[in-house]
Amino acid sequence: MIDNFLILFDAPVFAVQLLIDGLLVGALFALVAYGMALVWGVMNIINIAQGEFVIMGGYVALTVANVGIPIVFGLPLAFIVLFFAGWLVFRIVICRVVDQDLFTSILATFGISILLQQLMNQIFTADVRTLESGLGMWFVLDNMVTISQIKVVTFVVALAFGAAIIIFMKKSRLGQSIRATAQNARAARIMGINTDRVYAFTYALNAAICGAAGALVVMTWLVHPFGGLAYTVRSFMIVVIAGLGNFPAVVAAGIGLGALENYAGFMLGTEFQMAFIFGLLVAILVWRNFRLKKQRMVLK
Amino acid sequence: MTRNRKYVFYGLIFVLALAAPFLAPDYQTQLAFLWLMILFALTWDIMGGQMGYNSFGNVVFFGIGMYTTAVTQRNLYFEVEQYVSVSGLVDAVTPSQYVTGMFLGMGAGAILAVFIAFILGIGILGLRGHYFAICTLGLTIAAGETAGGIDYIGGGSGMVAPVFPLALGEKGIFFYYVLMTLAVMTFVVFQRLYSSQFGLAINAIRDDEDKAEAMGLHTTRYKAVAWCASAFFLGAAGGATGNLVGFIDPLDVAFAGSTFGVWMVLMAILGGKGTMWGPVIGAAVFHITQELFWTYLFGWQRVALGALIVIIVVFFPKGIMGFLHHHWPQLFGQTVDEASSSEREGKA
Repeated sequence: MIDNFLILFDAPVFAVQLLIDGLLVGALFALVAYGMALVWGVMNIINIAQGEFVIMGGYVALTVANVGIPIVFGLPLAFIVLFFAGWLVFRIVICRVVDQDLFTSILATFGISILLQQLMNQIFTADVRTLESGLGMWFVLDNMVTISQIKVVTFVVALAFGAAIIIFMKKSRLGQSIRATAQNARAARIMGINTDRVYAFTYALNAAICGAAGALVVMTWLVHPFGGLAYTVRSFMIVVIAGLGNFPAVVAAGIGLGALENYAGFMLGTEFQMAFIFGLLVAILVWRNFRLKKQRMVLK
Repeated sequence: MTRNRKYVFYGLIFVLALAAPFLAPDYQTQLAFLWLMILFALTWDIMGGQMGYNSFGNVVFFGIGMYTTAVTQRNLYFEVEQYVSVSGLVDAVTPSQYVTGMFLGMGAGAILAVFIAFILGIGILGLRGHYFAICTLGLTIAAGETAGGIDYIGGGSGMVAPVFPLALGEKGIFFYYVLMTLAVMTFVVFQRLYSSQFGLAINAIRDDEDKAEAMGLHTTRYKAVAWCASAFFLGAAGGATGNLVGFIDPLDVAFAGSTFGVWMVLMAILGGKGTMWGPVIGAAVFHITQELFWTYLFGWQRVALGALIVIIVVFFPKGIMGFLHHHWPQLFGQTVDEASSSEREGKA
């Protein structure tokens, strides 16, 4: 561990490599976190099934590629399929827990997450899967640092996608009604907004965002049926740090988390990378609560 | 129920429980697991039901107990390298060595679990509501992943507990009585706790923590004691279960957040959280359902379990005790004034 730490000083080029990789992953985390913040802010539900939607999106893209459709269409198709999957999940389960206490919805979405994991395990088997994008590498800094092109594409697409959603939320009629519902659902209902449909659309949109992110994940890294919870926890952390509905902060936190995670994975060894992510969640929550406690407040 | 009938009732259940492994010899291991499930539900309920702190992290203490016991059994009689070579051999330990190692380990596991619960509790028990729930969920997986990276306890490929040195038929009975003793102890201790001032205090924390604090309760102290009580029994039970299962996998057996960790929540909710008998009934119903799933839906049993979680949480959040309470309140010693209640319904 200490050896690995010293390597970073002896060969700063490693640090650059880790930083770049981390930054490029971060945008993707930010995208998923934005979806979580959307559902949390509008419906007051913490969606534990977030990561499973990501993995599902990955499998959709994989299936699309296996059928023979060019992989460029993987992302829009994952978006569409997951939109309807999200709508379905909302209509069957989520609409019944929207106005109940938070723990009920956490447990319900946790149940959905386990259900989806096992369903994917049955359908796609437990193998680790990935999709070859066919893009190459860039070599910079005297060939010491490699930047894989697909990661850059992912980064750009993720940010562009996030920007598109923000413009949609700001400008479109539906986006306005989502924001109105988030501010005050009762008042929105009085003003003639069908909040039930807004909820359904928000949840479906979140699933679709995750699906699109998943299509990028499968091309850049890998998917397997039980890998979802890490994405849920990452987005939860990002939202806790950045707050609800502040996209620049979400991107900053996402990129920061991506870089931090990469450094930790290098220094502690990859077998502890997951432990680091989940341990970081505990640490962040305890630390924030500790800070608030000095002002006689608690995390709410 | 009058006092006498209550004792007859308890006595009948106790005799039935003692006789169960002989009445159904084919199901001894399943029955042992039933007691484990009852213990799970009870130890979750002291946090989630009675105190309102919904924890996904109690399974951490179970895993700690499991690993501590296995390490104790190993280090008492073997060198680490030697142990690997004898693991799986039937006569590696004598029966008395086995039993001594296991009970010493269970004691050590329980104590270590309490210690860790206390240390973790200082930071984590300050969190409230859903933050506590998600923090403990993170804790479980962090614990499992960490255990999977430590070579001393077998790393990701897990640890093997010593092989039970007696005939195989006796294994089921032995662990049945060990786990039964633990579960009954949990029940009795928790019943005592709930009927004392401590029970009132943790119920006050559930109902309104700020107000409880304003009334002068040291809420942190009560929360820590409740968590430690739950950790103690989970730690001991983990040690026994590790030996019963025989193989300790860090993510699927010891720190199994998405099976045991969720089941304990579910069983308590299914039975009715915040009641004494609710978790017991819930555990029994859930365990039988789960075994039926294994038998009749093989291959899809885990999918069916996921669906069951959603169904219970969404459609049956008050649980069996809540259902009984709603429909037959007289069973719980409540008298309903017929006239006024129908009047109230008429108004509503």
